[in-house]
Order: sequence, then structure tokens, then C-alpha cells
Amino acid sequence: MGELRLMKGNEAVAEAAIRAGCDGYFGYPITPQSEVMEYLMAERPHERTGMVVLQAESEVAAINMLYGGAGTGKMVMTSSSSPGISLMQEGLSYMAGAELPAVVVNIVRGGPGLGTIQPSQADYFQAVKGGGHGDYKLIVLAPASVQEMCDHTKLGFDLAFKYRNPVMILSDGAIGQMMEKVVLFDPIPRRSNEELIKQNPWAATGKQKNREHIIITSLDLDPAGQERVNLKLQAKYREIEKNEVMYETLGCEDAEYVFVAFGLSARICQKSMDLARAKGIKVGLFRPITLFPFPVKPIHNLGKKVKGMLVVEMNAGQMIEDVRLSVGCNIKIEHYGRFGGIIPTPDEVVLALETQIIGG
Amino acid sequence: MTEEIIIAGFGGQGVLSMGKILAYSGVMQNKEVSWMPSYGPEMRGGTANVTVIISDERISSPILNSFDTAIILNQQSLDKFEKAVKPGGLLIYDPNGITRTPARKDINIYSIAAADEAGKLGLSKIFNMIVLGGFLKLKPLVAPEYIHKGLEKSLPARHHKLIPDNEKAINIGKDLIEAVQVLN
Repeated sequence: MGELRLMKGNEAVAEAAIRAGCDGYFGYPITPQSEVMEYLMAERPHERTGMVVLQAESEVAAINMLYGGAGTGKMVMTSSSSPGISLMQEGLSYMAGAELPAVVVNIVRGGPGLGTIQPSQADYFQAVKGGGHGDYKLIVLAPASVQEMCDHTKLGFDLAFKYRNPVMILSDGAIGQMMEKVVLFDPIPRRSNEELIKQNPWAATGKQKNREHIIITSLDLDPAGQERVNLKLQAKYREIEKNEVMYETLGCEDAEYVFVAFGLSARICQKSMDLARAKGIKVGLFRPITLFPFPVKPIHNLGKKVKGMLVVEMNAGQMIEDVRLSVGCNIKIEHYGRFGGIIPTPDEVVLALETQIIGG
Repeated sequence: MTEEIIIAGFGGQGVLSMGKILAYSGVMQNKEVSWMPSYGPEMRGGTANVTVIISDERISSPILNSFDTAIILNQQSLDKFEKAVKPGGLLIYDPNGITRTPARKDINIYSIAAADEAGKLGLSKIFNMIVLGGFLKLKPLVAPEYIHKGLEKSLPARHHKLIPDNEKAINIGKDLIEAVQVLN
């Protein structure tokens, strides 16, 4: 078993990045995720593994440092919170267009605008539907515990390089700030330059005599060429949809109703499930772990078995659109949410189930 | 076994670190734990609170609206959390600065004069450990040897010389805590 620690979610992301063999972190501080860079600065990973940690002058600079690092095949990462992630959207679109691997962590806070510093899930649309311009997708992971903050950081790098695509870890201020037990995976050595070149023949690692120039770009002025780029990207996204869907179900075997929730909301719904079952309501929980690719088929199949679904999110109703599209039939699907940094309590979620779905 | 605890007081009283030591001790005893602080503007000069859950099973919501135990260190927190204790639950408070004492009759109420005692002993920094000792007397969730390990893990190495004082404070708290009868 790996090393056992009590850690904040933000710290687990930072430690996992070092252990995953990350080459560089570039970021700019913002509550509630500043512990990621604080932890990295205090750990001095340059001395442990050679990993670079740099505070950029802004989020725009940080995401473009990621573009540069990823273009050379390096394993790079940044983290921020909602307003900072908004500033990074142009860079993310460019990275998706140039097919560059990177991990971007969003510890979401209440919006819109500068909003609050309290937890929220209101950046679902931004993460899953684009955020930047053009037809692109991020792979989006939604951890629900400090353990998953650690594990998804490593998984994020694996997926980013497997598909040459940016990966977003969509978490929130509560999971970032809370401490839980974590079993840390054993450190993986950073790749040597030789390994990097061998594993990433697409990367701009210096002109070799025996091959053509490598150009990392998202620009193709010929529309036919740009259409080919788009077709290639879309084929990749279909492949990701086929291979990488992750989800968890709890108590769905005999369920008449289900909560559908990701991240922190799923933790709250798990408690609500216990409370509702104590009252004799047969309710289960469906938790998407990947938000893109969305678990369309499993939710569709569940929709054939149950009478209704309550989608619980800390936003005004975003993932519910994907749930409704997935189910595509006539069961009752409603949304319950709190906004702006307010976290729903387990009791109010049960009440919402009783009034909006069962009695509604 | 699942114990859901809220610890609340002023910023600077050691509320968060008391919770962290309790949680880390639970980890060392191979329990599931969660430690969810209030964070943000309210921490800057006002009240601080932390929800600690210790369980033998996977923990669901780290955010709760009712608790098995409330450990209360100021009046504002008493006003806010007395009503959040589950019927039959436990409320521990330090009477220092309390003007309106708890009034519920359906919960078990204990007081611990930790601030006074810490002042007398000149150990004001480990006031929070006296309170923790009182709690552990009533609910021995983690064994003393795991508290020792929890202290080692939660305190930076340069503060390890203070561990004996912390353990002494925990023992003082065990003697100091006393039941409170709510009168009509």
C-alpha cells in the first residue's frame, strides 16, 4: 500500500503531480486553489524530481506557458479557479486545436464574474461544452473525494498523452479545501529526454537530420485543411466517448428514483440517499466521473428502470441537459440546485426529491 | 460507527488544528475521516468552524446540518450550533465569555473551563488540547497511542518538542470536564 496521509484536495493534486512525473507547473494564485502552488513551492520539487514550478504573471501567461511546454512533449499542468479559468479559455482552444496534452485543474467558485470564493459547480457548461471558441472537447474528470483528486491528477496525465488532448479536472472549493485520508501512489520517475522523444514523435524537440520539421499550430488558412483537422478531432472525440466513460452507481439495483450528481453534490446525495431510504424511499445515486465523455448509455439504461431522476448540482441546471438528452424518454427529470457558493444540505435534497419528483 | 462533530469558536483559538489532530489520529487508527473547514471572509477575524467526521465506513457528505457532537468555544457559535445537535447528542462548551448558557434538555451538555485552566498553567497555546481531552473522555473514538501519532503527523517537526505538553493538556481536559444540568 502507498503512503497514507491526511491532506487537502488542493495539496493532493500538487503531490500527485510531483509523483506522476510532471515536468512543469505554471499558475497564478486565486482562492480557493492557492494551496496547489503553495504546496508545490514549499515542497521544492525541483530538488526532488527536477520539476519546474513557476508563478506566471497572469493566468493568460500561465496557459501559454503550458502551450509551449506541451508543444515540446513535456508533462505540464496548471490550476486556477473560475475567473482565472475564464482567462485561460483562448489558450485551451488553441491547445485543443494543436492537439497538446496538459492537465488543467479548476477548483470552481461561485460566479458569475468575480462571484464568491465559496464552492460551486457553475462551470460545468464551460468545461464540458467548450468554453473557448471552435468545435473542441476537453476530457473532463469530476473527482468527489481527496483520494480522487490525487488519482485523477495521474489519470489526467495518462489520458492527456494517450489522446494528445487537454484534460480538465473539474472540482470545487469544498473538495479543494477539505482534508481526507489519501493513499498516495508510488512516485513515477520523470521521463528522460530520450524517453520523451521516443514516446512523443509529434513533439517539437529539436530538428533531427532524418525527419521533417515539426510544427505545432492550430492555424490552417486553407479551409479544406482546417476541415480535415476538425474531422480528425471529431474522430478522436468519438474514440474517447467509446473508451473512457467512467461513472459510479450506489443503491441503483432496487431504486425507483435516482439522484444524478457529480463531485461534491454526489457526496451530499449519498447522505440524502441514506436519509431517504430510512424513510422507505427507494432511491439510488448515479455519479458521472467523466463529464466528457458523458455516461450517455448507462444513464439511458437507468432511465428505462426508474420512475424519476433528480439532478442535484451547485448551479442553476447545467448537467441536467445532458441527463435529459441521455434518457430521452418520458420519465420525470428535475433539477435541484443552490448557487453562488451555497452548498445544499442533505435534508433539503431529500425534500426536493419528495416534492419535485415523488409528489410532483 | 460514525461520529459527526462540529468544532466552532473564534479564529485563532485553535479550532481548525484541534480538528486536524483529531482527524489525523483517526487516520492513524485506520478510520475514514473528513475535515471540512469554514474558509473565506469569515475566517478573517470572526468565527471559525470545522466539521470533522470519523467513521468505520466510507463517508458520504462532508457538509452536514446536524451533528452528534458540538464543541463550542464562543457565544456566537453556541447561538448558531446548539440547535444543530441531534437529539440525544453531545454539546461541550467552554464557559469563558458565555453569557447565555445552553438550554436544551434533549441533549447531553458538558462544560470545560479550559481557557481559565490554560491561563492558570501558563499554557494558553494548548487550550484547544484541554478541550479535546474533555471530548475524548466522553467519546474515546481514538486511542491515546494514535493521538500521539496524530500529533506527530499534524505538527511540523520543529514543534515535536511540544507533544508532551499537548498530551499533558489532553489529560488535564479529561479531569476538568463536568456535566451540566439544565434547570427550568
